[in-house]
Amino acid sequence: MAQFDLNDDGVVVIIGSGAGGGTLGNELAQRGARVVILEAGGRHEIEDFINDEWASFTQLAWADTRTTGGSWRVARDFPNLPAWIVKAVGGTTTHWAGASLRFTAHEFQARTQYGAIAGANLLDWPITLAELEPYYAQAEDRMGVTGTNGIPRLPGNNNYKVLAAGARKLGYKEFHTGNMAINSEPRAERTSCHQLGFCFQGCKMGAKWSTLYTEIPAGEATGRLEVRPNSMAIRIEHDAQGRASGVVYADAEGRQQRQRARLVAVAGNSIESPRLLLNSASARFPDGLANSSGQVGRNYMRHTTGSVYAVFEKPVHMYRGTTMAGIVRDEAAHDPKRGFAGGYELETLSLGLPFLAAFLDPGAWGRGFTSALDSYDHMAGLWIVGEDMPQAENRVTLDPRVKDRHGMPVASVHFDDHANDTAMRRHAYGQGRALYEAVGATRSFETTPYPSTHNLGTNRMSASPRDGVVDKWGKAHDLPNLYVSDGSQFTSGAACNPTLTIVALAIRQAEHIAGRMARGEV
Amino acid sequence: MRQIDKRAAVRRRVFLRGAATGPAALAAAGFALGAEAAWAGDLRVLTPATMATLARAARDIFPHDRLADRYYIAAVLPYDDKAASDKVLRALIEEGAARLDAEAQARHGRAYVQLVGEADRVAILQALEATPFFARLRGDLVVSLYNQKEVWPVFGYEGASYDKGGYIERGFNDIDWLPEA
Ligand SMILES: Cc1cc2nc3c(=O)[nH]c(=O)nc-3n(C[C@H](O)[C@H](O)[C@H](O)COP(=O)(O)OP(=O)(O)OC[C@H]3O[C@@H](n4cnc5c(N)ncnc54)[C@H](O)[C@@H]3O)c2cc1C
Ligand code: SF4
Repeated sequence: MAQFDLNDDGVVVIIGSGAGGGTLGNELAQRGARVVILEAGGRHEIEDFINDEWASFTQLAWADTRTTGGSWRVARDFPNLPAWIVKAVGGTTTHWAGASLRFTAHEFQARTQYGAIAGANLLDWPITLAELEPYYAQAEDRMGVTGTNGIPRLPGNNNYKVLAAGARKLGYKEFHTGNMAINSEPRAERTSCHQLGFCFQGCKMGAKWSTLYTEIPAGEATGRLEVRPNSMAIRIEHDAQGRASGVVYADAEGRQQRQRARLVAVAGNSIESPRLLLNSASARFPDGLANSSGQVGRNYMRHTTGSVYAVFEKPVHMYRGTTMAGIVRDEAAHDPKRGFAGGYELETLSLGLPFLAAFLDPGAWGRGFTSALDSYDHMAGLWIVGEDMPQAENRVTLDPRVKDRHGMPVASVHFDDHANDTAMRRHAYGQGRALYEAVGATRSFETTPYPSTHNLGTNRMSASPRDGVVDKWGKAHDLPNLYVSDGSQFTSGAACNPTLTIVALAIRQAEHIAGRMARGEV
Repeated sequence: MRQIDKRAAVRRRVFLRGAATGPAALAAAGFALGAEAAWAGDLRVLTPATMATLARAARDIFPHDRLADRYYIAAVLPYDDKAASDKVLRALIEEGAARLDAEAQARHGRAYVQLVGEADRVAILQALEATPFFARLRGDLVVSLYNQKEVWPVFGYEGASYDKGGYIERGFNDIDWLPEA
């Protein structure tokens, strides 16, 4: 396995090993570049994963302090846990459910299609669906997405069957077991899904795609990729010409190291990536690196979410089998007649008893609450994922008071729902309840959004350097060799789970970077 | 559909400080929540009366009639060890329990655990709902009660599945009561 010298200034340094960073690292190594991935978390392999919600959370989740503000309920219920994401090699692709959807054409043109919406900072992407399609195709093949490349869809579990029966009753047409980056049959030397039901705890079959056991070892096998776990990037440095020149990080012992770099790519997910850029302010870039637009950290999006859980007379056992076992897509279109812009999906979701107790209605107690849990095995559940509006004041900033153990200010996440988000959520709750009631639900719950699992938009792409942080390739408008390679590039959120798009963008970005390197531009 | 045996799987023994004999083992045998209960004899810093109040409050906060007392006791016992090393927590817990008793005395002339009516106890908890004591107790319990593997079968949750080969052969899609397509 490769091991590069700290003073080697010919390496590409990538921060974060998740969907964006892990994919980019492998792609660049395959194309001949020498790559160091700095990953703040440890390396836990498939055999280390734990089929236990809290124990797994302790093993994988990002538990370092963050702070919150704004009117979202998460700030009240979980003031130091704005997001439920991972700190480990593989990033949140260890936790994720695997739903892999392509944006539709209009979702790349939110400003044009939705028009001006008061309070929303909408902007069109500087790329189109047509430009991204070839990379979507590569990503689907790479990740083994069901329903693409001739890969059969997964069989539906009990939770899906309830969803599908309700969808049919409501007259919905487009529902199925999803496009999932989960092997429905053995593929790419990984086995198929055994319906464990612990997709959020790391797939112990390795059936679900994660950079941890796909992209990263493939990159390492080239001899040109080094992944350094327990290495927390603190600051990106630049030279007198304004080119990124290296990354200062804290190693496993907390000692600060400086890895020199030819090019730096930031892929720490949408809370840590802007935190790092803001913390890298210098005399030349006083508002933070790549922040001449003032947009670093702004336009934080988390999708309009929420869950509906419903209790039935007879058992369901929703926890058996894939966590996200199916989808209804009929509400995904942009149909302003419903009273909001953009659309949403309904996807099955189940939590085990420990997590359902914590998240069904945070803060609740007494018989109203416990009688719901008494019906745990008679419950079905779904999750809403809809497009939310980017807003300038929904943003990640450096907390002026709280610092982490390396002395770096922690990220503070401010979020208020936009009226469009609230209207969409209300509609989706209503449809979710109607769907379950159509097949006999005796009681249903509108569950408040969990700490964010989808975090987007805080270093957004824009055609003009005034409107955003990076260009159509994810390159910082302000620096020639600094890239953003994760979901923080998203100009808008679409009614889709984001990871397929993050991976497609990373594959495309790798091709672009390799071309520039070959031409001697970086 | 494959149903599961809803009796709590393992007879839980509530060990105090790892002791498997004496009062701790007695504690496992089933008991009331009164301060005189055998398990209370082995406490380090919190008094038996405080523990009994916490356990009673735990059941009132998350009442599940099919769960035996021992699970609620197990859920609050860790406070004894934590309070030994955390003075702030100890004060919060002791003062909170005392406040429950004071309210009970003021309203009904007896201690919290001696109030027979659940509604009377719940009214007291509601009165304290905004206190840091209540928030801490509720927040800890939602993990320390529901994260006990022994209670999962009572709710029909089966826990880890990898060691059993997942649900692929064990009923992931065996629902049999839905309307026909
Ligand atoms: C429970 C759950 C279910 C999900 N299900 C789906 C789904 O079905 N479909 C879907 O599309 N998406 C899903 N997601 C979201 C998906 O996981 C993320 O969108 C995706 O992983 C984000 O990729 P990323 O590269 O931006 O960041 P991540 O994958 O989170 O990777 C970022 C990595 O960077 C590291 N890092 C951060 N800061 C630093 C630093 N300063 N120095 C070094 N390393 C750092 C982190 O430790 C982390 O490992 C789910 C998420 C969760 C939590
Ligand atoms: S249900 Fe399938 S994808 Fe999910 S953890 Fe199990 S084997 Fe992996």
